[in-house]
Amino acid sequence: MRPLIPRTDPAPSRLSYRLERMRLTPIYRRLFRLGAPVLLIAGLVGGYLADAEKRAALGERFADVRRQIETRPEFMVHLMAVEGASASVQEDIHEIFPYDLPASSFDLDLQEIRDLLEDLPAVARANVRIRQGGTLAIEITERVPVALWRTRAGIDVLDATGAVIASINDRAERPDLPVLSGAGADRAVAQALDILAATRALKEPVRGLVRMGERRWDLVLADGKRVLLPEAEPVRALERVIVLDKSNDMLERDLVTIDMRLGARPTVRLSAAATEEWWRITSADGATDNSSGATGR
Amino acid sequence: MIELYESQRAMRAMRKAAIQRGVVAVLDVGTSKMSCLVLRFDGTGRFAEAEEVGRMAGQAGFRVIGAATTRSRGVRFGEIEAMAETERAIRTALQAAQKMAGIRVDHVIACFSGAGPRSYGLAGEVEVADHTVSEQDISRVLSACDVPEIGEGREVLHAQPVNFALDHRSGLIDPRGQIGNTLTTDMHMLTIDAVAIQNLAHCVKRCDLELAGVASSAYVSGIAALVEDEQELGAACIDLGGGTSGVSIFIKKHMIYADSVRMGGEHVTNDISMGLQVPQATAERIKTFYGGLVATGMDDREMIEIGGDTGDFERDRRQVSRAELIGIMRPRVEEILEEVRARLDAAGFDHLPSQQIVLTGGGSQIPGLDGLASRILGQRVRLGRPLRVHGLPQAATGPAFASAVGMCLFAANPQDEWWDFEIPVDRYPARSLRRAVKWFRDNW
Repeated sequence: MRPLIPRTDPAPSRLSYRLERMRLTPIYRRLFRLGAPVLLIAGLVGGYLADAEKRAALGERFADVRRQIETRPEFMVHLMAVEGASASVQEDIHEIFPYDLPASSFDLDLQEIRDLLEDLPAVARANVRIRQGGTLAIEITERVPVALWRTRAGIDVLDATGAVIASINDRAERPDLPVLSGAGADRAVAQALDILAATRALKEPVRGLVRMGERRWDLVLADGKRVLLPEAEPVRALERVIVLDKSNDMLERDLVTIDMRLGARPTVRLSAAATEEWWRITSADGATDNSSGATGR
Repeated sequence: MIELYESQRAMRAMRKAAIQRGVVAVLDVGTSKMSCLVLRFDGTGRFAEAEEVGRMAGQAGFRVIGAATTRSRGVRFGEIEAMAETERAIRTALQAAQKMAGIRVDHVIACFSGAGPRSYGLAGEVEVADHTVSEQDISRVLSACDVPEIGEGREVLHAQPVNFALDHRSGLIDPRGQIGNTLTTDMHMLTIDAVAIQNLAHCVKRCDLELAGVASSAYVSGIAALVEDEQELGAACIDLGGGTSGVSIFIKKHMIYADSVRMGGEHVTNDISMGLQVPQATAERIKTFYGGLVATGMDDREMIEIGGDTGDFERDRRQVSRAELIGIMRPRVEEILEEVRARLDAAGFDHLPSQQIVLTGGGSQIPGLDGLASRILGQRVRLGRPLRVHGLPQAATGPAFASAVGMCLFAANPQDEWWDFEIPVDRYPARSLRRAVKWFRDNW
């Protein structure tokens, strides 16, 4: 009896047999197990991204998620705390600070803030970090004003390295600082400070230092006397002047200039009145006193 | 069309290459089932070649990685009858085995049981050229064997030198390097119908496979089922298959005779089918479940529902007693064994020193067969199961798989055949370099 529904042939067809054999070939097996999935995924992704609109939407979504994460309260900076800055500098900092707080800490470029702050004339060094609790902590090391520099344009405040911190209109604003002048004075502030430190032993008040020819200093005293200091070792030359002053009361005398530029031969210039007086005395007493006056210097 | 004799050398080379590559399939084309095993050679066997007997009897070098069995179609009496059907069956078995192995197989070694195998004993004698036996002398003595008339349309399947004798010393396995004058050899040649092997080769080729070897089923099941001592001392292996029963006689580890009886288990099934008026499938089921050969009083009372699938379930409630079933099976099995006995007698098996007979194959699972066989064949009968090989699934360890397992062993360490030896120089083509060298040697 023949069954109405013929039994299906258990044997694989020639085609399926060949395909199976091909599939079992090692290179095809590797291709199917690795190559096909990779190709499929790449095709799907590529097909999806081929549409510019979808690409844009995807990018937007990505940016949105990113923004959501960035603006979580854990990452927000609400406050800026400035430490170690005077009121005027703090004002400046608030003025130049480029971000609007509150801002996400992902958006803050601390290096940029730091560079920006260090570009401020009054700031020597700035430490910027984000503290826990959403505070942007800025630690400022200010430049210390040590001298005033009078130029044609006005009066600048210098720190010990010669950097200009600020400009002032009137000398009277900072009466505590000594005055320097002359071209290139800002490049030798350290030397000037040494000289000024040495002048503390001087009885006479000091008006300031003048940089001469961008290489040496002239010390100007309150009564207009000038001490011309040498290029090398000006402090020692000044100390000599102080010693001379103590021994001979030299600065009490009516001099215009004390020239210490040549260490071996200090020279003074008398004032016009003193010269007159000198001539008068020497013409009355004779030539011998002239030599004694010369030795008394 | 393949010219079997011409292609034997090529098949041997192909087999070597396949083993070198590591994967080869063996295919047992049987009448009732088609089984395919995929072997992987891991290369350990090659080192054991120098020893007399390798570790694990030479089966350590390979592992079965795929096994499949399917119902055979288009095969009768061990011969392919419907090519397309057989091709499909081969495809089914091979695809399943490949799938299990997870690797593609390109080379297949096939065996089949039918095609009227006929054994010939050949003898050759030659004078040794220079007192020491060389490879060339062996080639010459092999080619000096006088080939009998094997008949039209028959091909040589196996041609194995069984014995070498030098002067009066016989039983040499390897006479190379020995000193003597006259070298003689005995060779066993097995011929089969050329058409059968052509058909098989065609089917295998249609499955995109390379035929890397052919073997006789009787021979390979003998390799698998006989233990080493039996092969050495002399024994007969009877492979009770579906459509044919193979007979092979071994002595000194060589097959000296093979034959096949064109009767087997399917004939028993047919008898049951006709005797009980049931379909083939039911008859097969009844045979395997309730079959037997020795009836006892108990069997008269044991009734078997035969349920003859006629579509009339109300009326068709036939029952037979087991004794009736045995009464149908026994005469056919007796007939098969008588026929085997006749073949063994014709081969002169009773002159062998050892009369051991080993029954294997699917038919050997009939209960009571050993008792019946010992009455017909002789006292020393045992049921043999094939050797255990690495990785063989439990389902394929039964005696029905003796020839499949034997093919594994055959693939792992094949016996030297005629065509595996060097070609004698004077048979070389006229313009060969070797021939020139020989002429140079002879004349200078």
